[in-house]
Amino acid sequence: MISLAGRDILHSWGKFIFTGVGLGLLIGVTLVMAGVYRGMVEDAKVLLDNSGADLWVVQKDTLGPYAESSSVYDDLWRGIAVLPGVARAANVTYLTMPVRKGDRDVRAMVTGIVAGGPGSPGWPPYLVAGRQITRGHYEAVADLATGFALGDRIQIRRQHYTVVGLTRRMVSSSGDPMVFIPLKGAQEAQFLKDNDAILMQRRRTAQNPTFAQPVPGLLDAVVATQTANNFVNAILVQVQDGHLPQDVAEPIRRWKRLQVYDRAQMEQILVGKLIATSARQIGMFLAILALVSAAVVAFIIYTLTMDKIREIAVLKLIGTRNRTIAALILQQAIALGVIGFVVGKITATFAAPMFPKYVLLMPFDSLTGFFAVLVICVLASLIAIRIALRVDPAEAIGG
Amino acid sequence: MTHLPLQRRTLALLAVVLPLLALFVYVAVRSGPLAPVAVTAITVQEEAITPALFGTGTVEARYTYKIGPTYAGRVMRLDVQVGDRVAAGQVLGEMDPVDLDDRIRAAEAGLKRAQAVLREAEARNTFAQAQARRYEGLRAEGLVSEEMFAAKLQERQIAEAALAGAREEIARLQSDRQALRAQRANLRLTAPVDGLVIARAADPGTTVVAGQPVVEVIDPTRYWIDTRFDQISANGLQADLNAHIVLRSRSNEHLAGRVLRVEPRADAVTEETLAKVVFAELPQNLPPLGELAEVTVALPALPAAPVIPNAAIKRIDGRLGVWLIRDGELAFTPVALGASDLDGRVQVRRGVKAGDRVVVHSGQALSTKSRIHVVERLTKASP
Repeated sequence: MISLAGRDILHSWGKFIFTGVGLGLLIGVTLVMAGVYRGMVEDAKVLLDNSGADLWVVQKDTLGPYAESSSVYDDLWRGIAVLPGVARAANVTYLTMPVRKGDRDVRAMVTGIVAGGPGSPGWPPYLVAGRQITRGHYEAVADLATGFALGDRIQIRRQHYTVVGLTRRMVSSSGDPMVFIPLKGAQEAQFLKDNDAILMQRRRTAQNPTFAQPVPGLLDAVVATQTANNFVNAILVQVQDGHLPQDVAEPIRRWKRLQVYDRAQMEQILVGKLIATSARQIGMFLAILALVSAAVVAFIIYTLTMDKIREIAVLKLIGTRNRTIAALILQQAIALGVIGFVVGKITATFAAPMFPKYVLLMPFDSLTGFFAVLVICVLASLIAIRIALRVDPAEAIGG
Repeated sequence: MTHLPLQRRTLALLAVVLPLLALFVYVAVRSGPLAPVAVTAITVQEEAITPALFGTGTVEARYTYKIGPTYAGRVMRLDVQVGDRVAAGQVLGEMDPVDLDDRIRAAEAGLKRAQAVLREAEARNTFAQAQARRYEGLRAEGLVSEEMFAAKLQERQIAEAALAGAREEIARLQSDRQALRAQRANLRLTAPVDGLVIARAADPGTTVVAGQPVVEVIDPTRYWIDTRFDQISANGLQADLNAHIVLRSRSNEHLAGRVLRVEPRADAVTEETLAKVVFAELPQNLPPLGELAEVTVALPALPAAPVIPNAAIKRIDGRLGVWLIRDGELAFTPVALGASDLDGRVQVRRGVKAGDRVVVHSGQALSTKSRIHVVERLTKASP
C-alpha cells in the first residue's frame, strides 16, 4: 500500500521541511524558556550544593545568608564545632560586589572561605583548572563566567588577588559568578570602607568631645575598634554520619540562640522566597509561549490541509475512504511535529550555552515537550480532518 | 519516467532528514545526564616538596622611644622635625620651666646668704675658741671664777654648733639647688639614642600631661615585620627560618629575611600566630612604618612521597579522598594528607601510590556512576 502522506510530503517536501523548521524554532524557544526556568531553580540549588553544608547557622530572625544579610561573630564557630553531631563548622562570608580587573569590572559573589584546605565547608567542590587556594591572603578561585583566567590579578576593594583556580557553575542564586577568597580578606572587603570614609570617620571620632581628652592612646584605640571587623555572614556546619541535621540544629537554635536552617529549609527560602517572583514570571511566559506554539501548530496544520483541499476533494471523488484521508492528515501532522521537535531540541541545545545565565535542559522536560507537541498535533489535525471530511467532492471540479 | 524524479526527491528529503536525525542523536547523547564528564587526570608521582608558610604583616620599628615630660607642663620649644636624624644626648626641645629658673636663682641667693651666715659663724667660732683658750689660762692662774670659765666653754660649744649648722645649711641649700637644676635639666627633651624622629606630637605652646609623648624617635637600623600567620597553616614556624619579604609598594622586589622569633602568645581573637621577621639587609630607602608586607617562610624540604595537586582532593560523604581512574572507571579512595606547599601540591601519606591515575579537574561533580572523558585541559589555553 502506498503511503498517501509520504507521497504528499514528497510532492512538496521543501515547503514541508521549512514549515517543520519554522515550527521547530518556535518549539526550541519554548524548550529554552523551560530551560531558563529550570536554570533559575538549579542556580539556587547549586549554590547550596557547592557550599557543602548540611546546616547554615545565621543571625537570629534572619533568612541569611543568601536571601537576607546576616552577621554573626567570627568566634562563634568554636562553640558550634564542639556540639555533638557536628563534624565540621566553618565561617563563611558572602557579598555580591564588583570585582575589577584592569578597567573592566564583573559583578560577582565574593565568598570568603576559611583556611581549612580542600573539602572544608564553603570551598569549591571541584575545579576545572588551576589549584585551590593555599595562601591565607591574596589568592582567589574564580568562576569561568567571570571571564577571568589563571594568573589574572583582580581587585576587590583595595586588595589585589591572583586567580589561581577556575570553577564552573559556581553561581549565586541570582546567577552571579562566585569568586572565592580567603576569609580574612573577605571580612575586610565586606566591612572595610573606602579610604575617604575611614578618614572622615577618624576625623569625626577625633572631634567627639568624649575622646578629645589628653589620654595617650585613647583616640587610637577607639579608631582601631571602629575599623576592626569580627563578623561573618554564616557558619556552615557539616553533620557527622549517623546524626540527623535537624537533631544537631536544635541545640544550636535553642542554646546558642542563632537561626539554623537545614538543606530543605534553605531550598525553601531560595526557591520559595528569593526567586519565587521571577520564577513565576518565567513560568507565566512559558505557559503563554506553549499556548502560542500550540495555536501556531494548529494553524499550520489547518493551512496545510486547506492548501490541498482540492486534492482531498479529488480523493473523495475517486472514492477514497475517509479513514485514508484522515490518516493522511494525521500522519502529516505527526511528521511535522516530530521534525519540529527534533529541530527545536537541536536549536535549544545549541542556543542554551549562549545565554548569559544558566539554561538547564532537562531530559524530562524534553520528553514532556515531545508528547505535548504530539498531542497538540493530533488535536490540531482533528479539526483539519473534520474540515477535510466535510469537503464536497464537487469542489474538485468546481471553481 | 516518473520513477526517477521521485527517487531524487526521496534522496533530497533523506539528505535533509538524516543529518537532522544524526544531529539530534548527537545532541541527546552529548548533553544532559547521558553525556560523559570531561576531566583532566595526572599520574601520581613521588616528589619532594618544600612546604612554605605565607603570612602578612606590617613594617615596624623594633625600638620606639616616646619622649615626653615627666610632669605636666607646656612645651616651650621643639627644635626637631619629623624625619630629622638625631644623635644620642641631643636636646630635641624644652618644656616651659615656668618659675623654675627663679627658684634656682632664689636657691643660689639663699646659698650665698648661707655662706655669709657660715662666715659669721666661723668668725664667732674663732672668737669663742680664742676666748675659751684665754680663760683657760686665766683660770689656771686663778684670775677668773670657775663659773666664768664654764660660760666661755659653753660659748665655744655654741659657736661650734652654729658653725656645723651653717655648714649643713649650705649642704642642704646646695642639694636644693642641685635638685632644682636636675629638674630644670629634666625639662629638656633629649634623644636617648641615635635615631630618626617619626612624630612630633605637640608644638610649642601646647600643654601636655605627664607621660604624653611629644617626640617619637625610632632606631632606623632596626626594622622588623610584625607578621601574622593563620594558625591552621602555621605548623613548623620557628625562629631562624629563612623568609622572603615582599613590600606592598615594591611588589616585584623580593627581600631576604629571617624569622627572629615566634611570639609565645598567639592572637586568640583572630586565630593567628604572630612572629617577628627581620630583614637580612635593610633596604636602601627605608619602607614607611606600617607598610603592608607579605612574608613567605620556607620550611625544610620534605623527603619524596606521592604528591597530588590540591584540586584533586574532594570530600565525599564526610571523607577526604580522590577519584582514581582504574580501567576507565572511577573509584573514590579516601586519603590521608601530609604536608603541602604553596603551589598546591600535597603529599599523601595513605590512599594513593605512585603510578595511580587521579582526576584533577572535572566539568562537574563526579559520582561513581559518572562516565568520564579524559582531556588535556577543560578551559581554553591559559596564559
